[in-house]
Amino acid sequence: MRTRRGIWIPHAVLLAGLALVLFPIYVAFVASSLTLRDILDAPMTLVPGPEIVANYRAALASGTVSTSGQPVAAMLLNSLVMALVIAIGKIAISLPSAYAVVFFRFPLRRVCFWGIFVTLMLPVEVRIIPTYKIAADLGLIDSYAGLTLPLVASATATLLFRQFFLTIPDELVEAAKIDGAGPWRFFIDTVIPLSRTNIAALFVILFIYGWNQYLWPLLVTDSPSMTTIVIGIRQMIANGDAQTAWHLVMATALLAMLPPVAVVLAMQRWFVVGLVETEK
Amino acid sequence: MATLTLDAVRKSYGEREVVHGITCGVADGELVVVVGPSGCGKSTLLRMVAGLEPVTSGTVLIDGRIVNAVEPKDRDIAMVFQNYALYPHMSVYDNMAYGLKMRKMRRTEIRERVERAAGILQLRDLLARKPRQLSGGQRQRVAMGRAIVRDPKIFLFDEPLSNLDAQLRVQMRVEIKQLQQELGTTSLYVTHDQVEAMTLADRLIVMNAGAADQIGPPLALYERPATAFVAGFIGSPAMNLLHGQVFESGVAVNGAVLPADRRGEPGRAVLVGLRPEHIELAPAGPVSLRVELLERLGADTILHGRLGTDGPIMTARVPGTFQPAIGETLAFGIRPERIHLFDPESKRRLGN
Repeated sequence: MRTRRGIWIPHAVLLAGLALVLFPIYVAFVASSLTLRDILDAPMTLVPGPEIVANYRAALASGTVSTSGQPVAAMLLNSLVMALVIAIGKIAISLPSAYAVVFFRFPLRRVCFWGIFVTLMLPVEVRIIPTYKIAADLGLIDSYAGLTLPLVASATATLLFRQFFLTIPDELVEAAKIDGAGPWRFFIDTVIPLSRTNIAALFVILFIYGWNQYLWPLLVTDSPSMTTIVIGIRQMIANGDAQTAWHLVMATALLAMLPPVAVVLAMQRWFVVGLVETEK
Repeated sequence: MATLTLDAVRKSYGEREVVHGITCGVADGELVVVVGPSGCGKSTLLRMVAGLEPVTSGTVLIDGRIVNAVEPKDRDIAMVFQNYALYPHMSVYDNMAYGLKMRKMRRTEIRERVERAAGILQLRDLLARKPRQLSGGQRQRVAMGRAIVRDPKIFLFDEPLSNLDAQLRVQMRVEIKQLQQELGTTSLYVTHDQVEAMTLADRLIVMNAGAADQIGPPLALYERPATAFVAGFIGSPAMNLLHGQVFESGVAVNGAVLPADRRGEPGRAVLVGLRPEHIELAPAGPVSLRVELLERLGADTILHGRLGTDGPIMTARVPGTFQPAIGETLAFGIRPERIHLFDPESKRRLGN
């Protein structure tokens, strides 16, 4: 009896949680398969309609009136480029900086570390005006560089790698020295392979962070061709006169979810491999 | 084939000197063990030879070449670490081959060398495994293999057996000894375990608080320890060290007068060293011990007894078949030449 209850209670909780998360997504999916009139005809049906192909094709190819005809496919591409550059850029910068802080003794090492640490307390929103000024002076407005560069520096990733590097035993460094591996070789042959689960985890987090950026892309891009998907969805809703094309908004919202989901699924394999391979 | 020479090697961290001028040589093919309690500077000494710590003053010579300013990789040494320091993400083969790859050796030669070392160490079937799939003893062998493939001038061992369980430690101790004799590679071996030190060493360096108290073959150190520290550290169970006084007829310890060759003026205070294994049951002996505790090891029993009624505790090794009762008083004797005397101030050995 006890074991059966022990199985069912966690399952019930899990299923309830799953339903809470999935139901809105299901409603969005149903809405993306109806015509606008069917959606507005309250209460909206919960059975998928026949417009699914037409709606998605319309959204992908031409967007809505309020996005100035900018197609969602282009927005997805913009967001993808932004998220990838931010995620890869952050990892590429944090790995060597954490390596320097942990494995080398140089003057002002502590100052460098605390300098990086302090920037944790200054998120993009706080420093957005000076950052905008710098981006404008450098002529980065309305470009991929402007969209991504200011978000690439990352204290969080540096700290995370630092904490991980501190767990690498000194003897491993010394064994490498005796084996004749210099600092670069040790970094490439040992530190990076050992960090790969951390890298995979960070990549997922940072990709989603980049994908969901709203305030900064809103400021730094003007032209419709640079619109990201998150801003695109917002534009589709916030239109004064015309009616919101909810069927297209829902289709766009579901499309916007796909790349992050794909990244999580792809990286999941790495997590599992990493968990199984953890030393000791 | 190579020699290692340390000449007045010192190490300071800021103001604090941790190694106070060690001078010694390791002959070609010799295995010298540095032994001492934790914090005595023995690992620091080894790390200076490896080049992982800079030498504050003095010189380190490998094969006659001063290597003070030479990078570890160019010293032609190989080191076995306490926690093995295997690269966790590399296979056993790659772990052994890595140092050779860094030296840009030809692939075929690397393969040949790794396979030869794997054969010696019985690792042939494990070459494709990762370190985490190996037992403690196997990891230890891989660490040895990594040292062997390099065919270095000198092997350095930093407490390589401390992470193994007691049984495996004894087994690996024998293997290391055999291997070192077969290969004939000059070796410096650091340990805190005096049994390991005694069984492995051609010569021992006993370190105490950053200084070498005595350097010599294991049995010479056992028979004629130069200081009270060496006397207490070498031998198991440890030597009894008791305060006593020189008399006309011998030395007195807590009222018991032991016949000994007279060393020093009568009345002089001395530290008397008596090895438990040299204290013999003798019905008319001068030493009377009241039995307080017995440690039965099977072949022998270690007897802890109080000297006189309120004297210090002493240990004696008695045959395992001998079964005294707790509280019983027994008489012991010791041969005069087996009594060690030390100066209570300088702790140095008195006479010979």
